[in-house]
Amino acid sequence: MTSKIKNFPGTPLSESDFTEGKVLSIHDEMRPQFAWDTGIGIGSYLAALKEGYLLGSHCKTCEKTVIPPRTVCEWCFDPMDSYVRLEDTGTINTFSLCYVTWDVQRITEPELPAVIEIDGASPLHGILHKLGEVKPEDIHIGMKVQAVWKPAEEREGAITDILYFKPIKEAGS
Amino acid sequence: MGMRKVAVVGAGMTRFVRRALETPKELAWQATRMALNSCEMTLDDIDAVCMGTAPDAFDSVHMKGEYLSDGAGAWGKPYMRSYVGGGTGVFAPIQGWYHVASGMFDTCLVVCEEKMSSYFPHAQAAFNTIFDHTTERALLPNLLWIFALEMNRYMNAYGISKEDIARVAVKNKRNAADHPCALLGDPDITVDDVLNSELLAWPVNRLDVSPVSDGAVTIVLAAEEVAKRITDKPIWIQGVGWSLDTAYWANRDLAYPTYVEYAARMAYEMAGVKEPRKEINIVEPYDPFDYKECHHLEGLQLADKGGAPQLVADGVTLRTGNMPVCPSGGLLGVGNPIAAAGLMKVAELFWQLRGEAGARQVPGQPKRGLAQAWGDLMQVGTVVIMGTEPGGEVAR
Repeated sequence: MTSKIKNFPGTPLSESDFTEGKVLSIHDEMRPQFAWDTGIGIGSYLAALKEGYLLGSHCKTCEKTVIPPRTVCEWCFDPMDSYVRLEDTGTINTFSLCYVTWDVQRITEPELPAVIEIDGASPLHGILHKLGEVKPEDIHIGMKVQAVWKPAEEREGAITDILYFKPIKEAGS
Repeated sequence: MGMRKVAVVGAGMTRFVRRALETPKELAWQATRMALNSCEMTLDDIDAVCMGTAPDAFDSVHMKGEYLSDGAGAWGKPYMRSYVGGGTGVFAPIQGWYHVASGMFDTCLVVCEEKMSSYFPHAQAAFNTIFDHTTERALLPNLLWIFALEMNRYMNAYGISKEDIARVAVKNKRNAADHPCALLGDPDITVDDVLNSELLAWPVNRLDVSPVSDGAVTIVLAAEEVAKRITDKPIWIQGVGWSLDTAYWANRDLAYPTYVEYAARMAYEMAGVKEPRKEINIVEPYDPFDYKECHHLEGLQLADKGGAPQLVADGVTLRTGNMPVCPSGGLLGVGNPIAAAGLMKVAELFWQLRGEAGARQVPGQPKRGLAQAWGDLMQVGTVVIMGTEPGGEVAR
């Protein structure tokens, strides 16, 4: 069929057709606002961040310790038994050097997102955060890192209470 | 399983373009009209309509399924929109399949439409809301992050280089040069072009990524007795599968897509496929980024873990290779209007298995193909297996 049809429908436009008004278009800007309650599991996580530590939850049956904490175990669907205080250290599972912001602005100093496996959580259990106090070329998978916290009086119970994770000086380095 | 056999009997699509003049409804109608014309059917012959379209945030239209309904030919019919993120384009035909396989309907349209260009200035910002609003969004993540993070982990786990992965983009964009609807076909692109393109989020460069696009694709499904009246070349849906991994994406193995394996095993079992590497002649895995094609081939059990890049390097996945992968040109070459891109892969199998793919035709009269898509926040896998024979457990 595709071999028989020469002209497929669909008419391409360019961005300048809009910016220079060559086609009629309607512009709208939504400014919705939201307020999310943080719930039981994540609420406890945020309360811990405000106090300056990381919190996970543990299922005795499945022997899993997860972060962020949650109220239900995904494996057995029973309640997670207990909250556990975790270290604020961990290992870089993966990272990127990102030259584009969330709204597609180009930047010259890269953002340094990473998945960090948190010490005390089950293997491969990490959180998304950023790296800092490190040269991009020195970052590697397997690097040990530690959270850098906002001063206590500035913490508000948010993931941004951790500014970033920085490398832990390895012995001999 | 007591299911009826279901065939694809018609397909249609629009060009995939960066910004379409046509509205989403108009795109949906164009693809749907072409699909109906291709099998000489009219809307009166259609019992039900399944719509696949991705986030409402792209269009700022609430209840996009309802909005698109007239273009999709849904007025006055049983109609439902499904949505599993990027996996939608291969989930919608699964939904259509069970509409017909169940015996509820004899015919069903499956329409997938996406218009990403309405989001100004760039649809990327709409993806911000796929991240957890409390634990992640405050870090101002973008979609490139998760792809870059996953690609880096995949490369590191198996010692794969950027060159190894860039070959996928080259293959697909070259294949797309033969697709009349393609946005980014390029017969002359080289690995160096990909490696030297703008660095967006290491290890991801611009040409590692599929383009934001507008477009629509429609297929027509029919139950066995109806299908045989409509065409002497029905293409049968032999197996379907879908699966979801944890939504806590930073808590799982980023080097291997277990959820794709689960979806594939479900589809292989239904299709009666015991040795996928021998029995699947054409593969259309989801390739929004070039490494994803490799990642998915491994999840689909069509390559060893970490082994897919070697297949690409050896030419096995070329259109003329032993296991052609993305002969359409894929999302990297044809374009990535999210839901429509997934259904484009199913339409490609339909045309390839009928021997109607023109310049893109895979040689050797392929008998069976597999299309796969992937989405949500990196954890849903959707798989459809199609063939020239009804085949599989369903047929017995």
